[in-house]
Amino acid sequence: MTSSLRVRAGLVSIVLLAAFLGIWHLATRSTGATTTMSPEYAKLMGLTATQGKSAMPGPLDVGAKLWEHVRRPFYDNGPNDKGLGIQLGYSIARVGIGYLLAVLVAIPLGFLIGMSPLLSKALDPFIQVLKPISPLAWMPLALYTIKDSSVSAIFVIFICSIWPMLLNTVFGVASVRKEWINVARTLEVGTIRRAFTVILPAAAPTILTGMRISIGIAWLVIVAAEMLVGGTGIGYFVWNEWNNLSITNVIIAILLIGVVGMLLDQILARFTRMVTFPE
Amino acid sequence: MSTFDDPFDANRNLQSGCVCGQHRSALEHEQASLTLRCEPVESEEKRYEGVVASAVMRAMFPQDVARRAFLKSVGASTALAALSQFFPLKTATEVFAQAGAPEKKDLKVGFIPITCATPIIMAAPMGFYSKHGLNVEVVKTAGWAVVRDKTINKEYDAAHMLAPMPIAISLGLGANAVPFAVPAIENINGQGITLAMKHKDKRDPKDWKGMKFAIPFDYSMHNYLLRYYLAEHGIDPDTDVQLRSVPPPEMVANLRADNIDGFLAPDNICQRAIYDGVGFMHILSKEIWDGHPCCSFAASREFITTAPNSFAALTRAIVDATAYASKAENRKQIAEAIAPANYINAPVTVLEQVLTGTYADGLGGVKTDAKRVDFDPFPWQSFAVWMLTQMKRWGQIKGDVDYKAVAEQVYLATDTKKLMTEMGLSPPASAYKSFAVMGKNFDPAKPEDYVASFKIRKSS
Repeated sequence: MTSSLRVRAGLVSIVLLAAFLGIWHLATRSTGATTTMSPEYAKLMGLTATQGKSAMPGPLDVGAKLWEHVRRPFYDNGPNDKGLGIQLGYSIARVGIGYLLAVLVAIPLGFLIGMSPLLSKALDPFIQVLKPISPLAWMPLALYTIKDSSVSAIFVIFICSIWPMLLNTVFGVASVRKEWINVARTLEVGTIRRAFTVILPAAAPTILTGMRISIGIAWLVIVAAEMLVGGTGIGYFVWNEWNNLSITNVIIAILLIGVVGMLLDQILARFTRMVTFPE
Repeated sequence: MSTFDDPFDANRNLQSGCVCGQHRSALEHEQASLTLRCEPVESEEKRYEGVVASAVMRAMFPQDVARRAFLKSVGASTALAALSQFFPLKTATEVFAQAGAPEKKDLKVGFIPITCATPIIMAAPMGFYSKHGLNVEVVKTAGWAVVRDKTINKEYDAAHMLAPMPIAISLGLGANAVPFAVPAIENINGQGITLAMKHKDKRDPKDWKGMKFAIPFDYSMHNYLLRYYLAEHGIDPDTDVQLRSVPPPEMVANLRADNIDGFLAPDNICQRAIYDGVGFMHILSKEIWDGHPCCSFAASREFITTAPNSFAALTRAIVDATAYASKAENRKQIAEAIAPANYINAPVTVLEQVLTGTYADGLGGVKTDAKRVDFDPFPWQSFAVWMLTQMKRWGQIKGDVDYKAVAEQVYLATDTKKLMTEMGLSPPASAYKSFAVMGKNFDPAKPEDYVASFKIRKSS
C-alpha cells in the first residue's frame, strides 16, 4: 500500500516536472528574425536582437551549461573565476563557521536563560528587538566595525542564525516537565548533573528544531551576504553571472542553492529524529 | 664610458664617454647636442640591458685591450651568447629596472567590471604588474561603496575608483574622511547616454521631463555629466527628472523591465543594452565633454607613505598599461584579454565595439569613433577642480572650498610627471589646463565664478 503510494507520488512528480520543462521550453523558443538588419550591423548585435531569441534561456540551454559545470566543478581561473564546486565549498565553510559559533553561544546561553525565569524576563525585550533584524541590515555595520569582509559575512551568519536556536533552547529548557525535575530533586541530583541528564535530553528535540530552522536561515543569509561583499562563494557566483546578464548560470546557481539547502536541512532532520523520544 | 653604450662594440672604449651615453666622447656629445638633442635609446628595456651588460663586461675584462681582442676574435653576437650562458643578463636587467625593491610584492587591487578599468585589469593577464616586479591579484568587487570600504579597511592596497571618489573620501563626503590620492587617471571618454527603445523619437532632452535615469554612483562623473547635460537643456536634474544610483549590471535589466527610461553609464553597459536590443545610444559622453576623465586609480596616503616603492612600481605598471591601451592597434587584443569570467565577464563582441570604436548604435546604424574611449594617465588637477565645482553646484559640498588645495592634495600630478619622465613618456608641463564642456569654457583659476555662472543649480 505505502509502496504503491510512493510510486504514484513519484509518477505525479515526474509528470509535473515534464510539464514544467515543456512549458518553459515552449515559452522561451526564439521567434525568428524580427527585423531586417544589414549583416555588418547584425554581426555587432546579440542573438536576442538578431534572431528574436528570448532573453530567458530555455531548459536545453540550462541543461547544457549545467553539464559543463558538473564536468568541471573545481577549475580555478584566478581570483574571480572559480568552479562551482569551489564556490559552494567557500559558502558551506562560511555557513559552517558562523553557524557553529552561533551554536556555541546560543545553547549554553539558552540553558541559562531557560533555567532562570528572572534572566528570561530581563533579556526578553532585547531578544525580541534583535530577532527580526534583516541580515543585510547588519552588513554595513559589520563591514564598518570589523573591517574585513569575510569575517563580516561570518558575523552576519552568526547573528542571524543565533535567535531561533536561542529561543528554542529557552523554550525547550523552560518547558521540561516539572515532575521530572522534581523527581531529580528528590533523588538529590546536583544542578549540573540535572542539567545534563534530565533537562538536556528532555529539551533536545526542541533545541534540534531550533538548529534546523537556523541552518535554513544561515543558508539564506550567505547568498545575500556574498552577493554584497563579493570575492568567493555561490552568492558571488550569482552576482558575477548577473553582471554578465547570464541568466542561464543564475538559474543553475538557484538550483544548486536549493539542493544544498535541502541537504543541510535533511542532515539536521536526521539528528532531530535521533533525539526524539516517545512520551 | 657611459652605462648606455653598446658594450659589445669592439671599437668602443668602456672607460669614457659622454653624459648621455650615446656618444663616444664628450666632444662628440657636445657636437650632437648642438645639432640635435641627444636621442634616447629606443626602449627602456634596451637601455637597462645595455647598462647591465656593460657592467658585466667591465667586470670580466677590466683591460679594454683584452676585451677588444676577445670581441674581435669571436664576434659580438657570440660574445653576448657566451656571456648570457654564464651570467643571466635578463634577470640582472629585470632586477635593475625596479628602481627600489618594493616593500610589499603581493598586492590586492580592487576593480569594478567595466571597461573604464581596462588598464588595471589588463595589467594582470598581460603581465604589466609582473614586469614591474609585483604580484598583483585583481579582485572583482560588487559596487562602488564596497570598493570604497574595502580600500579604507586595507583589504585592498589600491583600487579602481570613479574619478570624484578619492576627492569625496578625502573630504569625508559619504564616508569618514581618509586622505586618498590619485596617481593616475584610467580612461577618458568611454561613457554614453542610452535610452530605452520606446524613446527612439524623443531625442531632444527638453522632452525628458518626468523621466527616470540611472547613474552608477552619486560621486561619479556620470552623475555630474548627466546633470550638466540636462541642465544645459533647461531640465533641472533635481526636480524635473529622477536620478537613481543603480549598480551598472542592473541598469540593463532595469531598462528591459521598463523601470528606468535611460542611463548614463560606462560604454560596455550601454553596448550591452544595444547588444540585447533593449536600448539605443543617444550620445557618447565625448559629445558632452571630449576628453573628460572617468575612472581613476586610487590609493590611500597611508599606503603611499608606508610602501612608497610598491606604490611607485604599481603606478609605473598602470601608466605603462595605460600607454599600451592608448594605441588603437592593441585594442582588439586587450578586449580578448579582459573579456573572460575572471575579469569583466562580458561577450568579446561587446568589449571590442567599445574599445575599437566601431559600434552598433542600436538604431540600425554602424558608427565609428576611434576616440570613443581613450586612455591617458595624467591626473590633471584642473579635472579635480571641475569636479569640486560640480559637487558645490549640486549641493554635495556645503560652504567654502579651497579648490586648488584639495585638487593638489588628491591628484598627484607632480609624482606622475616624475614617473612618466623616468619612463620616457612625455608628461605635460603644467598640471592645469582649461577645457570646454558643451562649448562653455572652464577656467580652473576661477572656480567660484564658474559655479556662480550656472542658472540651474541647487540653491544652498
